[in-house]
Parts: sequence; C-alpha cells; structure tokens
Amino acid sequence: MDLRRDVFQAIADPTRRAILTLLAAHAMTPGAIAANFDSSRQTISKHIQILTECGLLKQEQNGRENYYHFNPKKMKEIADFIEPFRNMWDDRFNRLEAVMKHYKTKK
Amino acid sequence: MERKTKVHAEDGKQDILITREFELPVELLFKAYTNPDIITQWMGTKVLKLESRRHGGYEFETADPQGNILFKAHGTIHDLIPGKKIIRTFEMANAGFDAQIEFLEFESLMPGTSKLTIQMIFRSPELRDAQLKLPFAYGINMAHDRLQQIANQLK
Repeated sequence: MDLRRDVFQAIADPTRRAILTLLAAHAMTPGAIAANFDSSRQTISKHIQILTECGLLKQEQNGRENYYHFNPKKMKEIADFIEPFRNMWDDRFNRLEAVMKHYKTKK
Repeated sequence: MERKTKVHAEDGKQDILITREFELPVELLFKAYTNPDIITQWMGTKVLKLESRRHGGYEFETADPQGNILFKAHGTIHDLIPGKKIIRTFEMANAGFDAQIEFLEFESLMPGTSKLTIQMIFRSPELRDAQLKLPFAYGINMAHDRLQQIANQLK
C-alpha cells in the first residue's frame, strides 16, 4: 500500500511526468532521456530511479545499453486511485436521490 | 454496477470535475442544496447556518455521539441562481487544505431527470491531489484500524 502512495508522489513532479510521456512513445537509454532536459544528467538519473522504484518504469539490458520502458499497468493503478473519491461522491449522491424521491412522494 | 457519478481530474491541474445525473426534476435537486434539513439527511452533517442567497454563507458540523467534532466546514456563497447555479467557497476546518472555490451547475434533462456538474478549484495541484487522496488514505486507515482490532483481539 505504501508503494501506491509513492506512485502518486512520483507523478506529482513535472519532470517525472515529462519522462513518462517520453517513454510512453518508446524505450530509451538514460543518456537519451537526459538529452531532452536542461537539468544535469545526475538529476534526471535520480528521477528515473524514483520512477523505477515505484514500478512506473522497467529496466532492460540490451547488449551493453540499459533501456527504460514505461509500465502501463502501474498507470492503471493511478487511475484507480481516484476510485475511493468517486465512490464517496457516488454514495453521497445516491443518498441525495433517495432522500429527494421520498420527499417527492411525501408531498 | 452502474457508474452514475463521474470524476475527472487531469494530471498536474488544480481542479476536479464531478458530474452526476439524477432521476429527479431539477427543482428537487436544487432544493437538496438549499434546504438545511435535507442537507442534513443526505450529507449526514448538522447545518449550523445556511443563507441560500447571493452573498450568503454556510456552516456545517458533524460530531460523534460523545460530542467530539469530527468535521467542520464553512464557506461563503458568491452567487446563487435558483434552479441553475451556485458559486461558493468551501473550507474544512483544521484540514490544511485552504479554501476552494466550487461552481455547481444544475441542468434539466428529460422531464423528471437532471444533471449536476461541480467544478472544484484548489490553490495548487498538490492541494488538489491531497484532497483527491483523502478517501483513499482514509480507506487505508480504516483497513489498518480493522487489522489492529483483530490483532488486539488475538493478543
């Protein structure tokens, strides 16, 4: 469960979101990713590390090169994140509807 | 299960869009937001104050049976057009979320059905995400508390 919270924190950062967008298109090496940003290679590598730790990126060795892939399954979990929020409102509105239907028949 | 309530929250933005269709005429839907007794029935909170008019305000409070305050919120009503629109602020006391602005739009669909669209705007994307995560975090805590209870019983 802690992992899921980390995922949410991971995508709160704009640079990390930009990295995910890049990798959604195709797998890339850390150097190729860093070339897209003004930040130092070290900074980008830290971002990649965070994204990998929470499962949003997957690492794959291809010969001597390290490639990073985007993990769509993990993104699905983020989509599910708002489900409890939606449920809360759905319950609330179901009650509203029930109360008002009763109100209507009472009148 | 039917998904009547839709929530839309785009990444990196600071608002939440909630839409819901009701099997109610728009007048009754609007009444559910402007009548204190009815609000208490569906929101489950006590209405301390409600001035349903332009430049009005409201105050809600929920306490447990022992009288401990669990939830307290207040806001001002910027504008109110009967059967159509409410623009208001909302702030939960001691929650650290700051105030948010809410646009509530009421629409009549077919006879006897209506639609409510709520746009909530927060001070920052971070505060919006925190708000969005709240029921999720609450769910984790509830599950954790239940586990704790079970663990305590086993002791």
